[in-house]
Amino acid sequence: MKKFDMEVMVGIFLVIGLVCLAYLSVKVGSFQFVGESGYTLTAEFDKTGGLKTGAPVEIAGVEIGRVKEVTLDNKNYRAKVLLIVRPPVKIQEDAIASIKTKGLLGEKYVQISPGASANMLAGGGKIRDTESAVDIEELISKYAFGEVK
Amino acid sequence: MIRPFKAIFKAIGSESVSFLRGLGKMGIFLFDTIVYFFAPPYKHNLIVRQIWFLGNKSLTVIIMTGAFAGMVLSLQLFYTLRKFGAVSLLGPGVALSLIRELGPVFTAIMVTGRGGSALTAEIGIMRISEQIDAIHVMALNPFNYVVLPNFIAAVICLPLLTAIFDVVGIYGGYLVGVKLLGVSSGVYFAQMRQIVGMENINLGIYKSLAFAVIVTWVCCYKGYSVGSDSTGFGARAVSKATTDAVVSSSVLILVGDYIIGSFFI
Repeated sequence: MKKFDMEVMVGIFLVIGLVCLAYLSVKVGSFQFVGESGYTLTAEFDKTGGLKTGAPVEIAGVEIGRVKEVTLDNKNYRAKVLLIVRPPVKIQEDAIASIKTKGLLGEKYVQISPGASANMLAGGGKIRDTESAVDIEELISKYAFGEVK
Repeated sequence: MIRPFKAIFKAIGSESVSFLRGLGKMGIFLFDTIVYFFAPPYKHNLIVRQIWFLGNKSLTVIIMTGAFAGMVLSLQLFYTLRKFGAVSLLGPGVALSLIRELGPVFTAIMVTGRGGSALTAEIGIMRISEQIDAIHVMALNPFNYVVLPNFIAAVICLPLLTAIFDVVGIYGGYLVGVKLLGVSSGVYFAQMRQIVGMENINLGIYKSLAFAVIVTWVCCYKGYSVGSDSTGFGARAVSKATTDAVVSSSVLILVGDYIIGSFFI
Protein backbone atom coordinates (compact mmCIF):
# COMPACT_ATOMS: atom_id res chain seq x y z
CA MET A 1 0.00 0.00 0.00
CA LYS A 2 2.80 2.36 0.94
CA LYS A 3 4.68 1.74 -2.29
CA PHE A 4 1.51 2.20 -4.33
CA ASP A 5 0.93 5.52 -2.64
CA MET A 6 4.39 6.70 -3.54
CA GLU A 7 4.00 5.80 -7.17
CA VAL A 8 0.77 7.75 -7.36
CA MET A 9 2.44 10.76 -5.79
CA VAL A 10 5.35 10.50 -8.21
CA GLY A 11 2.90 10.29 -11.08
CA ILE A 12 1.08 13.38 -9.86
CA PHE A 13 4.39 15.23 -9.54
CA LEU A 14 5.46 14.29 -13.05
CA VAL A 15 2.11 15.35 -14.50
CA ILE A 16 2.22 18.69 -12.69
CA GLY A 17 5.75 19.25 -13.94
CA LEU A 18 4.87 18.39 -17.51
CA VAL A 19 1.78 20.60 -17.40
CA CYS A 20 3.92 23.51 -16.22
CA LEU A 21 6.44 22.83 -18.97
CA ALA A 22 3.69 22.71 -21.57
CA TYR A 23 2.15 25.88 -20.19
CA LEU A 24 5.49 27.69 -20.42
CA SER A 25 6.14 26.45 -23.94
CA VAL A 26 2.72 27.24 -25.34
CA LYS A 27 1.69 30.33 -23.42
CA VAL A 28 4.98 32.06 -22.87
CA GLY A 29 7.25 30.55 -25.52
CA SER A 30 4.66 30.54 -28.32
CA PHE A 31 5.57 26.95 -29.15
CA GLN A 32 3.20 25.40 -31.68
CA PHE A 33 2.46 21.69 -31.78
CA VAL A 34 0.62 21.73 -35.10
CA GLY A 35 1.60 25.00 -36.68
CA GLU A 36 -0.63 28.03 -36.83
CA SER A 37 -3.96 27.38 -38.49
CA GLY A 38 -5.25 29.79 -41.06
CA TYR A 39 -4.77 30.82 -44.65
CA THR A 40 -1.63 32.43 -46.00
CA LEU A 41 -1.26 35.76 -47.73
CA THR A 42 1.83 37.32 -49.17
CA ALA A 43 2.90 40.93 -49.22
CA GLU A 44 6.01 42.52 -50.67
CA PHE A 45 7.79 45.33 -48.93
CA ASP A 46 10.70 47.55 -49.92
CA LYS A 47 12.04 47.49 -46.39
CA THR A 48 11.03 45.30 -43.46
CA GLY A 49 13.06 47.11 -40.84
CA GLY A 50 13.83 43.85 -39.06
CA LEU A 51 10.43 42.17 -39.12
CA LYS A 52 10.80 38.73 -37.54
CA THR A 53 9.08 35.42 -38.05
CA GLY A 54 6.29 35.10 -35.49
CA ALA A 55 5.57 38.83 -35.32
CA PRO A 56 1.87 39.58 -34.95
CA VAL A 57 -0.43 40.68 -37.75
CA GLU A 58 -3.03 43.14 -36.51
CA ILE A 59 -6.12 44.96 -37.64
CA ALA A 60 -7.08 47.91 -35.46
CA GLY A 61 -4.66 46.65 -32.83
CA VAL A 62 -6.26 43.22 -32.56
CA GLU A 63 -4.07 40.26 -33.39
CA ILE A 64 -5.44 38.28 -36.33
CA GLY A 65 -2.41 36.24 -37.36
CA ARG A 66 1.34 35.92 -37.46
CA VAL A 67 4.24 36.38 -39.82
CA LYS A 68 5.27 32.97 -41.07
CA GLU A 69 8.30 33.77 -43.14
CA VAL A 70 10.35 36.69 -44.38
CA THR A 71 12.36 36.01 -47.54
CA LEU A 72 14.02 38.02 -50.26
CA ASP A 73 12.49 37.97 -53.69
CA ASN A 74 15.53 37.42 -55.91
CA LYS A 75 14.05 39.06 -58.98
CA ASN A 76 13.14 42.50 -57.74
CA TYR A 77 15.05 42.57 -54.44
CA ARG A 78 12.00 43.20 -52.33
CA ALA A 79 11.16 41.44 -49.09
CA LYS A 80 8.46 38.84 -49.46
CA VAL A 81 6.52 38.36 -46.25
CA LEU A 82 4.28 35.35 -45.74
CA LEU A 83 1.38 36.04 -43.36
CA ILE A 84 -0.90 33.50 -41.72
CA VAL A 85 -4.35 34.92 -41.02
CA ARG A 86 -6.97 33.13 -38.94
CA PRO A 87 -9.96 32.03 -41.02
CA PRO A 88 -12.84 34.10 -39.61
CA VAL A 89 -11.01 37.27 -40.61
CA LYS A 90 -11.42 38.19 -44.26
CA ILE A 91 -9.20 40.75 -45.92
CA GLN A 92 -10.20 42.85 -48.92
CA GLU A 93 -7.98 42.82 -51.96
CA ASP A 94 -7.37 46.55 -51.65
CA ALA A 95 -6.31 46.36 -48.02
CA ILE A 96 -2.98 47.97 -47.12
CA ALA A 97 -0.30 46.09 -45.21
CA SER A 98 2.17 48.25 -43.35
CA ILE A 99 5.04 47.47 -41.04
CA LYS A 100 4.81 49.41 -37.82
CA THR A 101 6.72 49.57 -34.58
CA LYS A 102 5.17 49.08 -31.17
CA GLY A 103 6.05 52.16 -29.21
CA LEU A 104 9.26 53.96 -30.04
CA LEU A 105 11.58 51.04 -29.39
CA GLY A 106 9.21 48.10 -29.53
CA GLU A 107 9.30 45.26 -31.97
CA LYS A 108 7.93 45.34 -35.50
CA TYR A 109 4.51 44.06 -36.48
CA VAL A 110 2.34 44.07 -39.58
CA GLN A 111 -0.72 46.24 -39.51
CA ILE A 112 -3.45 45.74 -42.06
CA SER A 113 -5.77 48.60 -42.88
CA PRO A 114 -8.97 47.13 -44.33
CA GLY A 115 -10.00 48.23 -47.83
CA ALA A 116 -13.40 48.92 -49.29
CA SER A 117 -13.49 46.38 -52.11
CA ALA A 118 -16.13 43.67 -52.16
CA ASN A 119 -13.56 41.10 -53.33
CA MET A 120 -11.93 39.21 -50.50
CA LEU A 121 -8.47 37.68 -50.73
CA ALA A 122 -8.40 33.90 -50.77
CA GLY A 123 -5.61 31.73 -49.39
CA GLY A 124 -2.34 32.34 -51.22
CA GLY A 125 -3.50 35.79 -52.30
CA LYS A 126 -1.31 38.82 -52.38
CA ILE A 127 -1.81 42.14 -50.65
CA ARG A 128 -0.77 44.63 -53.29
CA ASP A 129 -0.61 47.86 -51.36
CA THR A 130 2.15 47.91 -48.81
CA GLU A 131 3.94 50.48 -46.73
CA SER A 132 7.49 49.82 -45.62
CA ALA A 133 8.82 50.25 -42.14
CA VAL A 134 9.64 53.81 -41.21
CA ASP A 135 13.37 54.24 -40.90
CA ILE A 136 13.88 56.77 -38.16
CA GLU A 137 17.53 57.23 -39.04
CA GLU A 138 16.62 58.08 -42.61
CA LEU A 139 14.05 60.59 -41.44
CA ILE A 140 16.58 62.24 -39.18
CA SER A 141 19.19 62.41 -41.95
CA LYS A 142 16.65 63.90 -44.33
CA TYR A 143 15.87 66.50 -41.74
CA ALA A 144 19.53 67.15 -41.02
CA PHE A 145 20.45 67.56 -44.68
CA GLY A 146 17.50 69.77 -45.37
CA GLU A 147 15.50 67.60 -47.74
CA VAL A 148 12.39 68.14 -45.68
CA LYS A 149 10.59 71.21 -46.89
CA MET B 1 68.92 27.26 4.50
CA ILE B 2 67.19 25.25 1.79
CA ARG B 3 65.10 23.18 4.18
CA PRO B 4 62.18 25.57 4.97
CA PHE B 5 61.72 26.32 1.27
CA LYS B 6 61.69 22.66 0.53
CA ALA B 7 58.90 22.18 3.04
CA ILE B 8 56.87 24.96 1.43
CA PHE B 9 57.30 23.58 -2.07
CA LYS B 10 56.48 20.13 -0.83
CA ALA B 11 53.27 21.40 0.72
CA ILE B 12 52.28 23.22 -2.47
CA GLY B 13 53.18 20.22 -4.59
CA SER B 14 51.29 17.68 -2.52
CA GLU B 15 48.24 19.93 -2.35
CA SER B 16 48.13 20.38 -6.11
CA VAL B 17 48.73 16.72 -6.80
CA SER B 18 45.93 15.68 -4.46
CA PHE B 19 43.66 18.33 -5.98
CA LEU B 20 44.34 17.03 -9.46
CA ARG B 21 43.89 13.49 -8.28
CA GLY B 22 40.50 14.47 -6.84
CA LEU B 23 39.49 16.06 -10.14
CA GLY B 24 40.56 12.95 -11.99
CA LYS B 25 38.58 10.74 -9.65
CA MET B 26 35.52 12.91 -10.14
CA GLY B 27 35.94 12.70 -13.89
CA ILE B 28 36.26 8.92 -13.76
CA PHE B 29 33.20 8.79 -11.52
CA LEU B 30 31.13 10.74 -14.06
CA PHE B 31 32.48 8.62 -16.88
CA ASP B 32 31.53 5.42 -15.02
CA THR B 33 28.08 6.77 -14.34
CA ILE B 34 27.55 7.51 -18.02
CA VAL B 35 28.85 4.08 -19.01
CA TYR B 36 26.53 2.32 -16.56
CA PHE B 37 23.68 4.52 -17.73
CA PHE B 38 23.76 2.64 -21.02
CA ALA B 39 24.05 -0.72 -19.31
CA PRO B 40 20.74 -2.05 -18.02
CA PRO B 41 19.24 -3.37 -15.76
CA TYR B 42 17.73 -0.19 -14.35
CA LYS B 43 16.30 -0.35 -10.87
CA HIS B 44 12.87 1.05 -11.64
CA ASN B 45 11.53 1.07 -8.12
CA LEU B 46 14.67 2.85 -6.90
CA ILE B 47 14.29 5.45 -9.63
CA VAL B 48 10.66 6.02 -8.63
CA ARG B 49 11.72 6.34 -5.00
CA GLN B 50 14.39 8.88 -5.87
CA ILE B 51 11.99 10.90 -8.02
CA TRP B 52 9.71 10.96 -5.03
CA PHE B 53 12.59 12.00 -2.80
CA LEU B 54 14.12 14.63 -5.10
CA GLY B 55 10.93 15.76 -6.83
CA ASN B 56 7.84 15.44 -4.68
CA LYS B 57 9.55 16.38 -1.46
CA SER B 58 11.19 19.44 -3.03
CA LEU B 59 7.86 20.69 -4.31
CA THR B 60 6.99 22.74 -1.23
CA VAL B 61 10.31 24.53 -1.08
CA ILE B 62 10.30 25.09 -4.86
CA ILE B 63 6.81 26.59 -4.81
CA MET B 64 7.65 28.82 -1.86
CA THR B 65 10.93 30.08 -3.28
CA GLY B 66 9.41 30.41 -6.75
CA ALA B 67 6.52 32.51 -5.53
CA PHE B 68 8.72 34.81 -3.51
CA ALA B 69 11.41 35.08 -6.19
CA GLY B 70 8.74 36.17 -8.66
CA MET B 71 7.22 38.59 -6.19
CA VAL B 72 10.54 40.23 -5.31
CA LEU B 73 11.51 40.41 -8.95
CA SER B 74 8.22 42.06 -9.82
CA LEU B 75 8.60 44.56 -7.01
CA GLN B 76 12.16 45.53 -7.91
CA LEU B 77 11.58 45.62 -11.66
CA PHE B 78 8.50 47.76 -11.15
CA TYR B 79 10.55 50.19 -9.10
CA THR B 80 13.19 50.42 -11.83
CA LEU B 81 10.93 50.35 -14.87
CA ARG B 82 8.65 53.05 -13.51
CA LYS B 83 11.55 55.48 -13.72
CA PHE B 84 11.64 54.95 -17.49
CA GLY B 85 7.90 54.74 -17.89
CA ALA B 86 8.33 51.22 -19.20
CA VAL B 87 6.07 49.38 -16.76
CA SER B 88 4.62 47.48 -19.72
CA LEU B 89 7.84 45.47 -19.76
CA LEU B 90 7.27 44.19 -16.22
CA GLY B 91 5.75 40.86 -17.30
CA PRO B 92 8.36 40.04 -19.94
CA GLY B 93 11.12 41.14 -17.56
CA VAL B 94 9.92 38.88 -14.77
CA ALA B 95 9.34 35.96 -17.14
CA LEU B 96 12.67 36.36 -18.89
CA SER B 97 14.75 36.57 -15.72
CA LEU B 98 12.93 33.62 -14.19
CA ILE B 99 13.11 31.42 -17.25
CA ARG B 100 16.67 32.21 -18.26
CA GLU B 101 18.44 32.51 -14.93
CA LEU B 102 16.64 32.37 -11.64
CA GLY B 103 14.48 29.33 -12.30
CA PRO B 104 17.21 26.85 -13.17
CA VAL B 105 19.73 28.22 -10.65
CA PHE B 106 17.38 28.55 -7.68
CA THR B 107 15.84 25.17 -8.34
CA ALA B 108 19.22 23.49 -8.56
CA ILE B 109 20.46 25.16 -5.39
CA MET B 110 17.28 24.27 -3.51
CA VAL B 111 17.52 20.66 -4.66
CA THR B 112 21.16 20.61 -3.60
CA GLY B 113 20.28 21.89 -0.17
CA ARG B 114 17.30 19.65 0.32
CA GLY B 115 18.11 16.51 -1.63
CA GLY B 116 21.79 16.64 -2.50
CA SER B 117 23.01 16.90 1.06
CA ALA B 118 20.80 13.97 2.03
CA LEU B 119 22.18 11.94 -0.88
CA THR B 120 25.75 12.58 0.22
CA ALA B 121 24.97 11.69 3.82
CA GLU B 122 23.09 8.55 2.82
CA ILE B 123 25.76 7.28 0.45
CA GLY B 124 28.50 8.31 2.86
CA ILE B 125 26.95 6.30 5.68
CA MET B 126 26.51 3.38 3.31
CA ARG B 127 30.20 3.67 2.61
CA ILE B 128 31.41 3.90 6.23
CA SER B 129 29.10 1.13 7.38
CA GLU B 130 30.55 -0.95 4.52
CA GLN B 131 27.24 -1.52 2.77
CA ILE B 132 28.76 -0.50 -0.55
CA ASP B 133 31.56 -3.00 -0.02
CA ALA B 134 28.92 -5.60 0.76
CA ILE B 135 27.23 -4.94 -2.57
CA HIS B 136 30.64 -5.32 -4.22
CA VAL B 137 31.27 -8.61 -2.44
CA MET B 138 27.98 -9.94 -3.74
CA ALA B 139 29.39 -9.31 -7.22
CA LEU B 140 26.78 -6.64 -7.87
CA ASN B 141 27.45 -3.19 -9.20
CA PRO B 142 26.94 -0.56 -6.47
CA PHE B 143 26.54 2.13 -9.14
CA ASN B 144 23.27 0.61 -10.21
CA TYR B 145 21.91 0.85 -6.68
CA VAL B 146 23.32 4.02 -5.17
CA VAL B 147 24.32 6.34 -8.00
CA LEU B 148 22.39 5.72 -11.18
CA PRO B 149 18.85 5.97 -9.72
CA ASN B 150 19.75 9.39 -8.30
CA PHE B 151 21.18 10.46 -11.59
CA ILE B 152 18.18 9.45 -13.65
CA ALA B 153 15.75 10.82 -11.09
CA ALA B 154 17.52 14.19 -10.99
CA VAL B 155 17.63 14.46 -14.77
CA ILE B 156 13.89 13.82 -14.85
CA CYS B 157 13.01 15.99 -11.86
CA LEU B 158 15.04 19.15 -12.26
CA PRO B 159 13.57 20.40 -15.56
CA LEU B 160 10.08 19.74 -14.22
CA LEU B 161 10.81 21.48 -10.93
CA THR B 162 12.29 24.37 -12.89
CA ALA B 163 9.14 24.63 -14.99
CA ILE B 164 7.02 24.64 -11.83
CA PHE B 165 9.30 27.29 -10.33
CA ASP B 166 8.97 29.45 -13.44
CA VAL B 167 5.18 29.21 -13.63
CA VAL B 168 4.74 29.86 -9.91
CA GLY B 169 7.21 32.74 -10.13
CA ILE B 170 5.43 34.34 -13.08
CA TYR B 171 2.14 34.18 -11.19
CA GLY B 172 3.83 35.45 -8.02
CA GLY B 173 5.06 38.40 -10.05
CA TYR B 174 1.56 38.79 -11.45
CA LEU B 175 0.16 38.92 -7.92
CA VAL B 176 2.46 41.74 -6.88
CA GLY B 177 2.58 43.62 -10.18
CA VAL B 178 -1.10 43.49 -11.06
CA LYS B 179 -2.97 43.11 -7.79
CA LEU B 180 -0.70 45.18 -5.60
CA LEU B 181 1.05 47.73 -7.79
CA GLY B 182 -1.71 48.27 -10.32
CA VAL B 183 -0.16 47.21 -13.63
CA SER B 184 -3.01 46.10 -15.86
CA SER B 185 -3.25 42.38 -16.27
CA GLY B 186 -3.30 42.44 -20.06
CA VAL B 187 -0.12 44.46 -20.10
CA TYR B 188 1.60 41.96 -17.82
CA PHE B 189 1.07 39.06 -20.19
CA ALA B 190 0.78 40.84 -23.53
CA GLN B 191 4.38 41.09 -24.63
CA MET B 192 5.59 38.01 -22.80
CA ARG B 193 4.96 35.75 -25.78
CA GLN B 194 6.79 37.95 -28.24
CA ILE B 195 9.72 38.80 -26.03
CA VAL B 196 10.37 35.48 -24.32
CA GLY B 197 10.21 33.03 -27.21
CA MET B 198 10.96 29.36 -27.31
CA GLU B 199 14.75 29.69 -27.37
CA ASN B 200 14.83 31.10 -23.85
CA ILE B 201 12.69 28.29 -22.54
CA ASN B 202 14.99 25.79 -24.21
CA LEU B 203 17.96 27.52 -22.62
CA GLY B 204 16.33 27.15 -19.20
CA ILE B 205 15.77 23.46 -19.81
CA TYR B 206 19.35 22.90 -20.98
CA LYS B 207 20.58 24.64 -17.88
CA SER B 208 18.44 22.60 -15.55
CA LEU B 209 19.59 19.38 -17.22
CA ALA B 210 23.21 20.43 -16.82
CA PHE B 211 22.59 21.35 -13.18
CA ALA B 212 20.92 18.00 -12.56
CA VAL B 213 24.10 16.30 -13.73
CA ILE B 214 26.29 18.63 -11.65
CA VAL B 215 24.27 18.21 -8.45
CA THR B 216 24.03 14.43 -8.54
CA TRP B 217 27.57 14.07 -9.78
CA VAL B 218 29.11 16.14 -6.98
CA CYS B 219 26.81 14.87 -4.23
CA CYS B 220 27.08 11.20 -5.15
CA TYR B 221 30.82 11.43 -5.66
CA LYS B 222 31.38 13.08 -2.28
CA GLY B 223 29.31 10.46 -0.54
CA TYR B 224 30.78 7.58 -2.50
CA SER B 225 34.34 8.62 -1.78
CA VAL B 226 33.96 9.13 1.99
CA GLY B 227 36.96 7.64 3.73
CA SER B 228 39.21 7.80 0.70
CA ASP B 229 41.06 10.84 2.05
CA SER B 230 42.72 11.76 5.32
CA THR B 231 39.52 12.49 7.29
CA GLY B 232 39.14 8.81 8.03
CA PHE B 233 36.19 6.54 8.19
CA GLY B 234 33.91 8.04 10.82
CA ALA B 235 30.95 10.32 11.37
CA ARG B 236 33.16 13.35 10.90
CA ALA B 237 34.12 12.22 7.41
CA VAL B 238 30.44 12.04 6.46
CA SER B 239 29.70 15.48 7.85
CA LYS B 240 32.69 16.94 6.01
CA ALA B 241 31.63 15.24 2.79
CA THR B 242 28.09 16.61 3.14
CA THR B 243 29.32 20.15 3.68
CA ASP B 244 31.76 19.83 0.80
CA ALA B 245 29.08 18.48 -1.48
CA VAL B 246 26.69 21.37 -0.83
CA VAL B 247 29.38 24.01 -1.11
CA SER B 248 31.01 22.68 -4.26
CA SER B 249 27.80 21.90 -6.08
CA SER B 250 26.41 25.37 -5.33
CA VAL B 251 29.60 26.94 -6.64
CA LEU B 252 29.68 24.66 -9.68
CA ILE B 253 26.04 25.47 -10.43
CA LEU B 254 26.83 29.17 -10.62
CA VAL B 255 30.01 28.59 -12.63
CA GLY B 256 28.11 26.32 -14.99
CA ASP B 257 25.35 28.90 -15.24
CA TYR B 258 27.84 31.48 -16.42
CA ILE B 259 29.46 29.11 -18.89
CA ILE B 260 26.19 27.92 -20.42
CA GLY B 261 24.83 31.47 -20.40
CA SER B 262 27.84 32.76 -22.30
CA PHE B 263 27.23 30.25 -25.09
CA PHE B 264 23.66 31.43 -25.58
CA ILE B 265 23.95 35.16 -25.35
